[in-house]
Amino acid sequence: MTDYNFAYLDEQTKRMIRRAILKGLAIPGYQVPFASREMPMPYGWGTGGVQVSAAVLTPDDVFKVIDQGADDTTNAVSIRRFFQKTAGVAVTEATTEASVIQTRHRIPEEALREDQIIVYQVPIPEPLRFLEPSEVETRKMHSLEEYGLMHVKLYEDISQHGAIATSYAYPVKVEGRYVMDPSPIPKFDNPKLEMAGIQLFGAGREQRIYALPPYTKVVSLDFDDFPFEATKADHACDLCGADDSYLDELIVDDAGGRMFMCSDTDYCGKRRKDGHVGAQGVPYQEDAA
Amino acid sequence: MTPLLQVSNIAKFYGHRIGCTDVSFDLYPGEVMGIVGESGSGKSTLLNCLAGHLTPDTGAVRFDTRTDGLRDTVTMSEPERRMLSRTDWAFVHQHARDGLRMNVSAGGNVGERLMAVGARHYGDIRATATDWLGRVEISEDRIDDRPTAFSGGMQQRLQIARNLVTGPRLVFMDEPTGGLDVSVQARLLDLLRGLVREMNLSAIIVTHDLAVVRLLADRLMVMKDGHVVETGLTDQVLDDPQHGYTQLLVSSVLQV
Amino acid sequence: MIRNTGTPNFLFPLSCRFKLMISVENVSKSFTLHNQGAAVIPVMRGASLQVARGECVALVGASGAGKSTLMRMIYGNYLAAAGRIMIGDVDVAVAQPRDILQLRRYTLGYVSQFLRVVPRVPTVAVVAEPLLATGTPRDAALARAEVLLDRLNIPQRLWSLSPTTFSGGEQQRVNIARGFAYDYPALLLDEPTASLDGTNREVVMSMIEQAKARGAAIIGIFHDEAARARVCDREIDVTGFTPKAAA
Repeated sequence: MTDYNFAYLDEQTKRMIRRAILKGLAIPGYQVPFASREMPMPYGWGTGGVQVSAAVLTPDDVFKVIDQGADDTTNAVSIRRFFQKTAGVAVTEATTEASVIQTRHRIPEEALREDQIIVYQVPIPEPLRFLEPSEVETRKMHSLEEYGLMHVKLYEDISQHGAIATSYAYPVKVEGRYVMDPSPIPKFDNPKLEMAGIQLFGAGREQRIYALPPYTKVVSLDFDDFPFEATKADHACDLCGADDSYLDELIVDDAGGRMFMCSDTDYCGKRRKDGHVGAQGVPYQEDAA
Repeated sequence: MTPLLQVSNIAKFYGHRIGCTDVSFDLYPGEVMGIVGESGSGKSTLLNCLAGHLTPDTGAVRFDTRTDGLRDTVTMSEPERRMLSRTDWAFVHQHARDGLRMNVSAGGNVGERLMAVGARHYGDIRATATDWLGRVEISEDRIDDRPTAFSGGMQQRLQIARNLVTGPRLVFMDEPTGGLDVSVQARLLDLLRGLVREMNLSAIIVTHDLAVVRLLADRLMVMKDGHVVETGLTDQVLDDPQHGYTQLLVSSVLQV
Repeated sequence: MIRNTGTPNFLFPLSCRFKLMISVENVSKSFTLHNQGAAVIPVMRGASLQVARGECVALVGASGAGKSTLMRMIYGNYLAAAGRIMIGDVDVAVAQPRDILQLRRYTLGYVSQFLRVVPRVPTVAVVAEPLLATGTPRDAALARAEVLLDRLNIPQRLWSLSPTTFSGGEQQRVNIARGFAYDYPALLLDEPTASLDGTNREVVMSMIEQAKARGAAIIGIFHDEAARARVCDREIDVTGFTPKAAA
C-alpha cells in the first residue's frame, strides 16, 4: 500500500479532478473537460468513474461498487479490490452503509441520503453525439441551448416504433438548461436522478466530468402526447417478490424457461433477509462462503 | 414602409483579392432579388455575407426584426443570429444534402425547426409536417422515408419545406435549381413563385441562369469581379441592359 | 403562415382621383451598344401623349418607328433617358423598383406580343396569376380565369395543359386572358388582335370596349386598321418622335 499514493492518483491530479467536479456541480449537467490520466485498466472499463472516486475518497469513507446493480461481478470486484489496495478504505455491499458508491449503469433501489456520493461510469457523455458527430457543433448547441435535434431523435423513435424506443441512457434536461446523458442507466432509473445525494459522472476515454448537486431538477425529455414512462418488465422478482425494482431476466433452460430477479443484489438480499420470498425463491440462508 | 433588409457597403476581401465590394441595396417585404454573375463574380460570397455564413470586412446588414426593429446582423451576437436563422430566415442550398439531415426521415427534417423553437406535441408536429410535404408536392406516405430514398428534385422540395415551415420572412437561395433536371426545374420554380406570393416572402436568389432569374426575381443585380455593375427591375435589366457586361451576358444566352 | 394581400386601400382613391391616367411628357431614349464600339443609337425624342380614363389611344407609325419601344418605356421595361412618364402620380421614369412593381400589380396591365411563362404550368393557372397576386382567393381566381378562357374560345381540354405547346393564336389569346383577368385602371396592349381570326378578334374588341366602359385608360398598338378604328378614340403617330425626323 505504501507503494501508491492514497487512491493511486497523485495529489495534483486529484486537485485537477476536484476542480472539474466543483465546476460541474456549479453548472449542473454541463460537461467539464478534464485531463484524464492513464489508469491501470483500459478505456471502456470504468477509468472515468475510478478517477472521480479516487479524487473524492477520504480514508474514512466506506466504498461500494456495483456493476449493473450487482456487487459480485468481475469488474465490481476488481474495482473494489483496487481501492482496498490503494486507499485502504472500508468496503461494503450494503447501500445504506456506503458513503461513496461507484456504479456502472444502475442507480440503487434504496434512496440515497445527503451524506452519500454516487459516481457513475460514463461511456459517451455527449447526448447528441449519434445525431451530430462534430464536437465543435455539439458544444455550440449546448452553449446556445439548441436542442431541437434531441427531440428529432425522439420523433424518429415514435414514427418508427410507435413509442419512444430509447430504453437506457435516456436524455434529460437539467434545471431547465443543459441536456445531459445520465449514463446507460435504464430509463426506469431516471426518476431517481432527483435525489438527496451528490451525483458525479466520469468519462475517462472522452475526458469529461459532469455533476448534479443534491435536489437538482432533472426532467426526462418527451412529447406532450407521448409522456415519459419509467417502465420495467411487468413481473415481480422471483427471488424476493419485489414488484418495484428493476429486474434482470435470466434464461434458465433450453425450453425458454426464464426467471426475473432484482438487478440490485443488495436490495434483493435485504428483502430476502427480512423474510420476503418470491415465486421461485427459497427462504433466506446465510450464503456459503 | 421600412425595408425588410437594408444592406450598406458590404465588402469582403481575401487578402488583396476582392470577394465582393461596395454592395448596397434595400429589400422590401414580398420582393425577390436575383443576383446573377458568372463564376468568380462574387455572388456566392455576397450571399454568404448577407446570410451570416461569412463575416464581411465592412458594411452592415440591417434586418427588420419583429421585436426590436432594424438590427445589424453583422454585429449581432451569435446566439441571436442563429435564432434568426431558425425563425425569420431560411437558406436553401444548391445541394439538398447540405441543407437536410440525410439520416433523419422527411417528417423529422421538416419538424426539426419546429422542435427547435419549442414544439412539443408529436401529433401536431407530424400534422404540420404532413401539410408542408403536401404543399411541396411530396406524397404523404413518404413522410417516414429518409431523403436518401428521394430523387434530386424531391430532396430540393423537402429542403424548401424544411426551411419554410416556421414561416420565415426572408429566404436566401443559392442556385436552387442548379443540378436539377430541366424538366424538374420548371415545377420547382413555379412552386417557389407560389410560396413567395402566398407567404409574402422576400427572397435573395443567387444564380448564373438568366432564365431562372427572369421567372423568379422582381429585381436583379448583375455582378462582375466582385462589383455590382447594374441593378434594376429584372425585365428592365434583361431587356434594356445599360452596362456593357450585362449586354454581353444577355446576348450570350443560348436560345432554345 | 399564409397571408392574403388584398388590394391596398390607398390605391382605390388613385384610380378614381386621376382623370388623366397616363401622361407621357417629353420622353427620349437611346441605346448604347458597348460591345459594338459603344455605338449610340437614338430612338426617341420629345415623346408626349396623354390618355384619360375611359379613353383608348392608338400608337401608329411604320414598323421600327418606336411604337413598342414607347409602350415598354411606359411599362418600365425600358429605361427612359429623359422626360416624365406619369401613371397616376407615379413617375415611372424615376420611380423606385418597388413602386413600379406595386404599379404593375394593381394599376398597370401589359399584354405583350409574346407569352412568357414558367414551363409546365397549366393555362388556367397562368391566367389566374394576376388575380392571385392581388389577393383573390384561389377558387375565385381560377373560376374567373375559366370564364375568360371560355370567352376567348380556348377549349376546356386545353385548360390544364401548359400553353407553351399551343399555336400562335392560342398563345395570344391566353396572353390576353391573363392581361384582362384583373381590372387594371390602365392597360397597354401590343398587337392584341394579330394572329386572331374574325370571331376572336370580335371577342377581344368587345373586351377592350368593356374595359373602356369601366374607366380604364388604354394605349394600344393595332396593325389592323379596322380594329383600330373601332375601339380607339385617337391616334398618336410616333414617327413624330423619331430623332431623324425631328432633326
